[in-house]
Amino acid sequence: MQEVIIAKAKELLQNSTVDRVLGWKTGEFVYDVTPAVFESVEEIDNGFVANDFCGNNLSKYLIKESRKPGKVLVFLKPCDTYSFNQLIKEHRIVRENVYAVGIPCDGKTDGEALKAKGIKGILGISSEGDQFVVDTLYGEQTVAKKNVLPERCLNCKSKKHVAYDELIGEDGEVLDSHRFDMVAKLEAMTPDERFEFWRGELSRCIRCNACRNVCPACSCEKCVFDNDASGIAQKAAADSFEENMFHIIRAFHVAGRCTDCGECSRVCPQNIPLHLLNRKFIKDIDTFYGDYQAGADTDSRAPLTNYTEGDVEPGIVYEREGK
Amino acid sequence: MQHEVKEFKPKIVAFCCNWCSYAGADLAGTNRLNYPADVKIIRVPCSCRVNPMFILRAFQRGADGVILCGCHPGDCHYTTGNYYARRRMTLLFSMLDYLGIEKERTRVEWVSAAEGAKFAQTMNEFVAAVTKLGENKRLEDLRCKK
Repeated sequence: MQEVIIAKAKELLQNSTVDRVLGWKTGEFVYDVTPAVFESVEEIDNGFVANDFCGNNLSKYLIKESRKPGKVLVFLKPCDTYSFNQLIKEHRIVRENVYAVGIPCDGKTDGEALKAKGIKGILGISSEGDQFVVDTLYGEQTVAKKNVLPERCLNCKSKKHVAYDELIGEDGEVLDSHRFDMVAKLEAMTPDERFEFWRGELSRCIRCNACRNVCPACSCEKCVFDNDASGIAQKAAADSFEENMFHIIRAFHVAGRCTDCGECSRVCPQNIPLHLLNRKFIKDIDTFYGDYQAGADTDSRAPLTNYTEGDVEPGIVYEREGK
Repeated sequence: MQHEVKEFKPKIVAFCCNWCSYAGADLAGTNRLNYPADVKIIRVPCSCRVNPMFILRAFQRGADGVILCGCHPGDCHYTTGNYYARRRMTLLFSMLDYLGIEKERTRVEWVSAAEGAKFAQTMNEFVAAVTKLGENKRLEDLRCKK
């Protein structure tokens, strides 16, 4: 797959369809993949990668890239196209300046997950059916995908590209995933158990703001958390309240716009399952106001900028089934 | 020396919209209806002026319960404000419940300018419910405690 993607990038650069390529390049290690812009074929030869470590959602980088003169080529996985579409809908991306190529995806892993399975000295990775073949200093090792894929890939919501100019490979279908199972499990707990669960998770937060910085929906030019007067602008959360406040408000600000790409949980250095907060909002919106998938189209009204006269009353929170 | 047993008096913040609920509170006053003095009213132009952060901030600064009062759906002075507020608050309260924060600490009531009695009754009920729960421990900020 990498060869096809690189050939496509070179071809489009050489025939001047695009002026720049937004893709991934390796860092110090092969699994340290970082988004990067390539301006020439030579640059692509010196570091462009598109392997099974390339989990980064490139949509957010288009906000800046698409405002520069010239056209930019971007490679989007199916879940990235939802974020891309959502940003087009919010007029954050200049669509004319983007050439989007949809690429297939069977789940992306990361170095940490492989190391946790005892695989060291990683030199490369390839995918074979439901296994990853990892090339290491000590020879080839295989590992089952289900053991090293992040939650977002195990419960992949869609293999369908919702926005693209060109497609590499076949387009997939929207999947019937079990992504709300954990949310439902939490809802079935008692409030005390839930409180303990979230204290355990959120108290690890170090307020590095990585979740905010990577989130395609968190793209305000001025963020409330950068406002010194907001009371929660400090880097380190001094109190359990701040941890709660930061995560509630962040999830609320993206409610109805979060496409559930799972980048927040991927980048969290403390491994907090932040997607569970966003999924709670998505699940509630689906239950209360009808099924809604952010980014699936560019013309529907977002649930929180819309209403119907017969909406449920907030009292439903007290009345509904469960504890 | 005997320990003085202090009765718990909850602090309640009530966000009231200027056009209906604030006038309803006024009417409760002119009718000499009793409601606990622990309810501190903050007047807002419309119920949809209330940012989710206001609710959290009230808890941070020591509130034990927060109630939002607005015009009845359909009667908003700005036509549609309370419809948006309704969606926002439903989602926010559901999220607070999800995080394990007692759901009885938050409430939304629609109170019109003519419903002084309903305002007093709502506040009495809400204060009683919050008194039963006790102090807000799960969403407190120790730095803001005296």
